[in-house]
Amino acid sequence: MLSGYVGAGWLAANWPAMVSAAEHAHQAAKSSNPALEVLTSEQARELDALTSCLIPTDDMPGAHEAGVVYFIDRALKTYSSESLPTYQKGLEAVQKYTAENFPGVARFSEASEEQKLKILTDLSAESDLQKGVPRRGLPAGSTDFLRTLRFDTICGFLVDPEGGGNRNFAGWKAIGRDEAHNFVPPFGHYDKDYLGWQPATPEAEKK
Amino acid sequence: MYKPSDEVDFVIVGSGASGGVLAKELSTNGFRVVVLEQGPYLNEKDFTHDEIKIFGQNLLTNHPKEQPVTFRKTTADTAKKQPAVMYGRCVGGSSVHFTANYWRLHEIDFIEHGKTGDIPGANFADWPITYADLEPYYTKVEWEVGVSGLAEASPFDPPRSKPYPMPPLPVKGCGVVFERAARKLGYHPFPAPMAILSQPRAGRAACMNCGFCLGFGCEIGAKSSALASVIPLAEKTGRCEIRPNSYVHRIEVDKNGRAVGAVYFDAQRNVHLQRAKAVILAANGAETPRLLLLSATNQFPDGLANSSGYVGKNLMPNSNVVVNAVFEEPLNDYKGFAVSRVMHDFYELDSKLGFYGGGGLDARYDFTPIAFALNGLPPDTPKWGKEFKNALRHNFTRTMEIFCHGTSLPVESNAFSLDPDVKDAWGLPALRLTFCDHPNDLKMMAWMRDRALEIFDAAGAKTKWSNPIAEQQFVVHLLGTCRMGKDPNKSVIDTDHRTHDVKNLFLCDGSSMVTSGRGQPTMTIQALAYRAADRITALAKRSEI
Repeated sequence: MLSGYVGAGWLAANWPAMVSAAEHAHQAAKSSNPALEVLTSEQARELDALTSCLIPTDDMPGAHEAGVVYFIDRALKTYSSESLPTYQKGLEAVQKYTAENFPGVARFSEASEEQKLKILTDLSAESDLQKGVPRRGLPAGSTDFLRTLRFDTICGFLVDPEGGGNRNFAGWKAIGRDEAHNFVPPFGHYDKDYLGWQPATPEAEKK
Repeated sequence: MYKPSDEVDFVIVGSGASGGVLAKELSTNGFRVVVLEQGPYLNEKDFTHDEIKIFGQNLLTNHPKEQPVTFRKTTADTAKKQPAVMYGRCVGGSSVHFTANYWRLHEIDFIEHGKTGDIPGANFADWPITYADLEPYYTKVEWEVGVSGLAEASPFDPPRSKPYPMPPLPVKGCGVVFERAARKLGYHPFPAPMAILSQPRAGRAACMNCGFCLGFGCEIGAKSSALASVIPLAEKTGRCEIRPNSYVHRIEVDKNGRAVGAVYFDAQRNVHLQRAKAVILAANGAETPRLLLLSATNQFPDGLANSSGYVGKNLMPNSNVVVNAVFEEPLNDYKGFAVSRVMHDFYELDSKLGFYGGGGLDARYDFTPIAFALNGLPPDTPKWGKEFKNALRHNFTRTMEIFCHGTSLPVESNAFSLDPDVKDAWGLPALRLTFCDHPNDLKMMAWMRDRALEIFDAAGAKTKWSNPIAEQQFVVHLLGTCRMGKDPNKSVIDTDHRTHDVKNLFLCDGSSMVTSGRGQPTMTIQALAYRAADRITALAKRSEI
């Protein structure tokens, strides 16, 4: 009955990685330009260009300002190491598509904005990017590059900074989430003139 | 504190909503208690707002890789691995991460089979106890575990012996919008009863509205989990040991058919037998039946306490659907706990509508930022680029949900069993779920969805949409799988929570429920646990265990 026993329990298996990820995050928080540990500088440059198309910078920060590439690098070093081949193959495919369709453009990051959108639109049509995700829990690992990249980009943009992304709360600023972790009512527009609980009046009952 | 070879009075399997209450009550009553918990003993300092650890790495919940679950729709299908069941796997169980909705059952929930009659395809039954039997224990939960709410705010509430111990939590934008619109339509919304402290109480802090609630452990102990409320009281007696990282996989039974203790793996996967005069399973509606099935012997070939064949069957996960809307101005509902207002006007629907049952609606926002980006936008929103970012920016602060919850009919084939092929990381047969909603429940949800959309219309929502009403393949309310009853051929436990087959084996958790209620079971699970502790104490004092 115990033949299925392999290695240590899930906590033992996962906690060192979690602790390690937290430590990396801590290191990263200290430095605005942490060293890359898994990605090459070329891969990082291409990923920065790609993630900046997924969540662009406008008058509010985008994936670039949130340090999403560094988040992905740490994820690949720690809890998401099995996604590395997906990234490597995906980046190669993007490079190949770029070269085939835009001769003279050396790499995705050097394409014009228009060309980048065309490349990503074409590639996303062939990907699992449109597929839904479960309402509860985060989706299980996918080997589809753009789905994985979108997921990791969202995580790196919006995770609590203790999770190693969302640098300087860039992502939370962009969506309007106050960086605090304690709030006092009224919270928004509709509750500010609420007069307190009143039982329904008989007049209201008649309506 | 105790050695496995010490024969304690009770070994309790599971430290969640019911196990925590039983541990506190029995140790307070003078008994020596060991609680065996699969998961780790985490504390407030271990809790985090990191969504990746919580939802991606299952910090507080069962892990699909180490503990695979398989799913199939009918018994004719072969089950495939799928994360179909989620439950809390840490000291405090699911009450650590839950939303903390604390609705009592109403009188009708206990007697609706008698009132409605048989329903084709359903294995419908009445409870052997009534609301009146449970009322004192509901009150005990409110005062001891800590529930905020407003008595008599809902005209549909069942009778109560005492008001809530604390006023309701502050209203949120979703609550105001919902309350105004629902009243316009003649309904009776009321402040949500929540197991979250609105005021400091019993040495615990009041909610500070951090916004990382559903899914997360509360780092200030304001959420009234078993971990924050009753487990410290159990430990304070000096007679109760909570033993984490202890994965029980068999109940040992002697030749006379009496339980002698619980067999478990420790963190190093050494196997121990914790001896006890009586065993109580409070391992949740999935793991309690699984453990009984894993404990099959020559004497009990179909699993322990399973002479009825009912162990694992009649799962009722509560039907549900979420309806969403975006408003003109910011609600900022990401601040605070999830649920603000509830409505019980649809608790007992007229069968002339073409289906049996009923439910409640609640006004909430339960998204944290990553979850919102993945799931909170209207379905036709582009998945990336400028429009995606604009939608996030506009909608994150302006979205709210109406969550429709309702009855699930018990269907015998909706069941937990042992997978014949798939094993967990300890080499034990994986949990297998066979489930297909009774068509009645899907009809009722479609009706409720339409009412929720009407409320959003009355509220002046700019955009509104419903999540699809689909057959459930992912369940968290694990109810009815070892039901209580007087007839040993049609139930697993009696009204004392004692198994019909094994005199010193008791079960108390969501599996004990006979009907599903209308969507929020934990309050009832804890009321049952308080009552069970009284019954078991009385039996022990009369030497009848």
